Amino acid sequence: MSITSETSEEVNRLIQAVEDADSASLLAKAVENLAAVNHVASIPTLIATLNYNNPGAAVAAVDGLIKIGEPAVEQILTQLDGYNYTARAWSIRALAGIGDPRGLVTLLGAATADFALSVRRAAAKGLGSMKWHWFPADLLEIAQEEALESLIFVVQEDDEWIVRYAAIAGLETLASAITNYPAWYDQIQAQFVEVANQDSSWAVRARAVQAQKLANSAVVPSLETPPNIDWQSILDNLYARKGEERFHLAEGDPRKYRGLACSIDSKPNQI
Amino acid sequence: MNEEFANQDDNLLTVEQAIANLQSEDLGLRMYAAWWLGRFRVDDPTAIDILIAALNDEDDRTEIGGYPLRRNAARALGKLGDRRAVPALIEALACSDFYVREAAAQALEMLGDLSGVPTLLGLLQNQIPGTLPAPEPPYLVQPFDAILEALGGLGATETLSQVRPFLDHEVPRIQYAAARAMYQLTASPHEASQYGDRLIQALSGNELQLRRTALADLGAIGYLAAAKPIAETLAENSLKLISLKGLLEKQLELSPLPNLSAGAIEVMALMDQLL
Repeated sequence: MSITSETSEEVNRLIQAVEDADSASLLAKAVENLAAVNHVASIPTLIATLNYNNPGAAVAAVDGLIKIGEPAVEQILTQLDGYNYTARAWSIRALAGIGDPRGLVTLLGAATADFALSVRRAAAKGLGSMKWHWFPADLLEIAQEEALESLIFVVQEDDEWIVRYAAIAGLETLASAITNYPAWYDQIQAQFVEVANQDSSWAVRARAVQAQKLANSAVVPSLETPPNIDWQSILDNLYARKGEERFHLAEGDPRKYRGLACSIDSKPNQI
Repeated sequence: MNEEFANQDDNLLTVEQAIANLQSEDLGLRMYAAWWLGRFRVDDPTAIDILIAALNDEDDRTEIGGYPLRRNAARALGKLGDRRAVPALIEALACSDFYVREAAAQALEMLGDLSGVPTLLGLLQNQIPGTLPAPEPPYLVQPFDAILEALGGLGATETLSQVRPFLDHEVPRIQYAAARAMYQLTASPHEASQYGDRLIQALSGNELQLRRTALADLGAIGYLAAAKPIAETLAENSLKLISLKGLLEKQLELSPLPNLSAGAIEVMALMDQLL
């Protein structure tokens, strides 16, 4: 992690520039400048930018939050907007890009049940690329198993080609992280074969063909040390999730949301 | 996959109910049924017959003379893939309602039937009696973009010289539609690339709405050289992904699965970054 030692005066000036921006292009530029200093003091402003319905600014803000990484996670999680789906999609993208374990339970829920396809898409991609090496051994197995089950559910059940496409990309990354579990690895490969032969979208099939090749190359875990994380609460949430799944599977079923998803289907301002 | 879920979960309408609603006294129910049959791809022969009949509907009129039910019926018929609808859609190209003509041009393209080309060409040149003045003129006298897209999509190469002048039309959206059609109608890939390159240029225009249009046009022609510029366009990721999907599908046409061309792999790598 390389947070710069920019003076707080400089950061304040850049934050002010974001607040003063009076056009879409000025705002995008100001957010880009703020994101570039990579400073924790910019986190609240970057998160606020996700609500402005300005794709250029939001892309820059997400990039900035991902670069800041772990110190931004708590604030993103507390401010996840339950109503503005565009802002939520950007927040999920940031969480997915950071890959911090504290975002796992949020990503699991978003990938399988959010009504906005851009949220499900971002979450599915992110589930594959969590910082698995940060998880303690006793938590890793249940966390990866949940990610695996959720991604396979999405690949098999989601109505939207791009969400299934993202889930294949997620499974591909996950496959290279779980080489210790041959049964899971085989399950993923079998899923790729099935999708390559049967998906209704040619683009998704092509991605599955590609994944069959790439998933064979294992990733080298980075040596970065994990931050101080409340593992017990993640574990509790995961167990709660598993319990829920057993008794109320319908709650996590994206089809439940299809009516709503249909009604926003034609809106052009999805991310 | 879509259809399965539709029939299983959408408890608002059944096929039988939608067909009944198409003939209902309630004009709102008719409109919704026509949309619904297209949306869920219900290609039941009875539904097709009633939709074709709806292209001549006189009951549903807007205050200034438009035909809302005809518009929805034409859109649905395009999606349902039954060429029995072609003669009625060609007639609909002469409708006094601009939006009916637009929907009919799009539907004829989707049905892939060349018999509408002469009428499309007549419309492109403003030679179809009864279509002027339109009751709801939006700004243009004819749905030129839909007509150009249909001629390009249908591969009507004989219309190339009539399409070309629209490259200089005053409305950018129409210029793009002409570039898209010229790309599709030009036999030599080398010559065609100049039209694809025009659309790439449009990706860096100042107006978001026009950048979105260019993304859609490039996706429709699957121009591989546009892959990176598409990924870098200032627009929503969802729209860039749909555009890149068009490029990917084109690559899969040229080199069918399980082969993956270098182009297909490049496009997928760019798509992964936008998820």
